[in-house]
Amino acid sequence: MIDHNQQQDTLQEVKDIRQMMERSSRFISLSGLSGVAAGVFALTAAGIARYGIFKNYYIDYDQRRHFDANSFATLKIQLLSLAAAVFAAAFLSAFYFTWRKSNKQGVSLWNHTSKRLFWNMAIPLVAGGLFILGMLQYDDWRFVSPACLIFYGLALVNASKYTLTDIRYLGYCEIIVGLINMQWIGFGLYFWAVWWKYEKVKV
Amino acid sequence: MFDNRIRLGVMSILVVNDEISFNDLKQMLEVTDGNLATHLVSLEENGYIKVHKGFIGRKTNTTYSVTKNGEKAFTDHITALENMIKGVK
Repeated sequence: MIDHNQQQDTLQEVKDIRQMMERSSRFISLSGLSGVAAGVFALTAAGIARYGIFKNYYIDYDQRRHFDANSFATLKIQLLSLAAAVFAAAFLSAFYFTWRKSNKQGVSLWNHTSKRLFWNMAIPLVAGGLFILGMLQYDDWRFVSPACLIFYGLALVNASKYTLTDIRYLGYCEIIVGLINMQWIGFGLYFWAVWWKYEKVKV
Repeated sequence: MFDNRIRLGVMSILVVNDEISFNDLKQMLEVTDGNLATHLVSLEENGYIKVHKGFIGRKTNTTYSVTKNGEKAFTDHITALENMIKGVK
């Protein structure tokens, strides 16, 4: 009986150690729901882009029967605003769901693990974002979609060291899809939709 | 040395992190300032951890890291736990 109790104590101790090591080195309160929410926003936006913005543009185009710089500039601004809206919605929902989960687990949202995760994710992401804005500046839209996928994939692979390890495989997939997308320029939107769906399945 | 939950917790955290601040330790272990400070002093006196006093602006920022000795003591403790479990089985 004494032996049995002692074993229980020892097991509890090992559990404590393990928990402390995990809690202090990885941010594990990332919520899967935030991925689902981001996916829903992105698919909705892809729908709006395809059946709203592009459709209107082509209706105009067919009536005019020639290229119009103003109308094209409007199209670009509409698409960029849509992208910004998706980003804001996805970011806020990710923040909300993660905040809710960390509250439930009783850990603080802004501790040294989440800070580390944030920075390591932000570095490739911000570099990629600036690079892509640079491409748009030179009016080269062709590689925007593959570049988004590749930089996002690299950001995930980097971030996975500081959070749930599954994120790493998601990152690999993004990079592969991005590289394939490179060879099929112009189908960008479809590739995006594919990986959003994949992301939803994953969580 | 490792029969105390807080000291064991501090060591578990330090072996997987290069450097960690007093506040982060406090938050993760859910202990009071005084309690944590006492245990940190005893770990330091045993040569298990190193203390670095720094500043962020005007605020003091004290960080801790594990020493070679501390790491060895911790590994030995884990091995002892392992043997204990094996022994009982």
